[in-house]
Amino acid sequence: MQATTQPQRTKSRGNGSDSFESPDFYQLDDLLTAEHKLVRSSMRTFVKREISPIIEEYAQRAEFPAQLVPKFGQIGAFGPTLPVEYGGGGLDYISYGLMMQEIERGDSGMRSTVSVQSSLVMYPIYRYGSEEQKRRLLPRLAKGDLIGCFGLTEANHGSNPGGMETGFIERSDYFLLNGSKLWITHAPIADIAIVWAKNEQGKIRGLIVERGMEGFSTAEIEQKWSLRASTTGELIFQDVKVPKENLLPEAFGLKSALSCLDQARYGIAWGALGAAMDCYESARRYALERIQFDKPIASYQLVQKKLAEMLTDITLAQLLCWRLGMLKNEDKATSAQISMAKRNNVEVALRVAREARQVLGGMGIIGEYPIMRHLMNLESVVTYEGTHDIHLLILGQEITGIPAFK
Amino acid sequence: MKILVCVTSVPDTTTKITFTDNNTKFNKAGVQFITGPYDDYALARAVELKEKLGGTVTVLNVGEADTEPVIRKCLAIGADDAIRVNADPTDAFFVAEQIAAIAKENKYDLILMGRESIDYNGGQVHGIVGELLGMPSISPVMQLDIDGDTARIVREIEGGKESLEAKLPLVLGCQEPIAEWKIPNMRGIMTARTKPLKVVEPTSKDTLTNVSGYELPAPRGNVKMIPADQVETLIQLLRTEAKVI
Repeated sequence: MQATTQPQRTKSRGNGSDSFESPDFYQLDDLLTAEHKLVRSSMRTFVKREISPIIEEYAQRAEFPAQLVPKFGQIGAFGPTLPVEYGGGGLDYISYGLMMQEIERGDSGMRSTVSVQSSLVMYPIYRYGSEEQKRRLLPRLAKGDLIGCFGLTEANHGSNPGGMETGFIERSDYFLLNGSKLWITHAPIADIAIVWAKNEQGKIRGLIVERGMEGFSTAEIEQKWSLRASTTGELIFQDVKVPKENLLPEAFGLKSALSCLDQARYGIAWGALGAAMDCYESARRYALERIQFDKPIASYQLVQKKLAEMLTDITLAQLLCWRLGMLKNEDKATSAQISMAKRNNVEVALRVAREARQVLGGMGIIGEYPIMRHLMNLESVVTYEGTHDIHLLILGQEITGIPAFK
Repeated sequence: MKILVCVTSVPDTTTKITFTDNNTKFNKAGVQFITGPYDDYALARAVELKEKLGGTVTVLNVGEADTEPVIRKCLAIGADDAIRVNADPTDAFFVAEQIAAIAKENKYDLILMGRESIDYNGGQVHGIVGELLGMPSISPVMQLDIDGDTARIVREIEGGKESLEAKLPLVLGCQEPIAEWKIPNMRGIMTARTKPLKVVEPTSKDTLTNVSGYELPAPRGNVKMIPADQVETLIQLLRTEAKVI
């Protein structure tokens, strides 16, 4: 505002610094409270300070920035909707969504870390766990002292988790667990795993398996071209003796596991929007700076078409997220509504990322800009937590009453 | 340790500034307001001192109701309570009088604020507050430690630093690197909902100055790049076009 030196909060991008501001074409900020906006600006500042400066390097090296885990705990990214007494943040679902938007704006892999810990580890313990389990584990998970993972998918059971083979049998004072889980985010680093397995009656139950239990091991999936700054792997159970007090007493059947996925998918709907915004903003700024034929490429109709369509897509996705968040706050959001938002918003993000990549030409494929990383990440996001096609079929079932996936 | 941190609510540093009412009023429309960046350093150090030494941090803002999001953010960062003096902060003397009135009532050990606001950049408030309260006022403070009733201070001076000691109570104008800006965490944001924010009316209406108008710097002209081997062209353009030689 004046000529003397003053602290700079934002710097221009292109040299690796990050001055992201989210588009708000339909003045959706008017629908947010001052608290929502504070949550968003705090998380945006956190991402600019802690994630943007390092993420490209970690993604290129295919390494998980483990030092961020306690920092996520400190900022309150783990379990923000859970009650304060268990270490949660006591915030609503719009706040939670905005946090996911900002973190995935940084990187989908980092949002995956937060999603898994919050929605797939803390949520099932909070919703289905005993008081002892909640008191023992939730505060430490909230701080990031412990990192968790969620074992549902198996090598032969992806879209059909109900067909799982992992099972346990009851012994006098423990459960004997056998089987394996694949494509598990955080498997190689997890201290605890929420494992879904069948009992002798073939009923699906949830167990808390802890690092160090005999017969429990993990392996890493290597050479991923996507979510490279996140770790993914396998959980292997060979005659693991799981103490009986590690059974989630209130979780019965596949629907309990799927309720956790609803939580995570809700976060993905917002997160994908963040990735889309980052790609759009990168493309918009680049198009205004890049000169070809003596004019910024933003002056050409084909580039304007791309930007206009990206902004339209993003605005529609924002509206979907906001309404879904309000329904979540009232505990009225259905699984099918969440499926629609997850599916639509990830598709939007992929489309925006691909178009943005083209706007940047050759610069679009290198690490100086975030677009190719987002694009590759989103190829996982479109598949995990219910594939693109499965969400379509969930909607098909909702419309017709006829499940087409069985 | 009882600390008062005075904060301003100022336009974001990237704001495009315009004026209304025949260039006598700043146009607030569409402007994003933030905590004064120097005030934010003061607050960060206050919260650190409280964590180390115990005590309380009170945030004070002279402003109308639209500054409350900035105040809530300060509470989310770790202040315990807040006071808003319900008035447009018209000039440095007026603001300083309000701060002094609150300080007289509550007896703080430390009164911290930014070395200047970043809207009108007067840099006078801490000095006037010190004078009104009869306390030393030191600025710009880039390092602050408390040892009993003594403050150890490092101040920036032209081309170097000055180390000082002074007895509390004190008024300090702060700048980086006194502390790192703090980001509110999610629990802080939630607990800020219920922290007390007291609104009081101004004690006086004295202003010593009156703004008769603002002027923006002339827009920057276009840049012409002249290759280094065409010095003659450059000189000619400086003569005929820029008319500076």
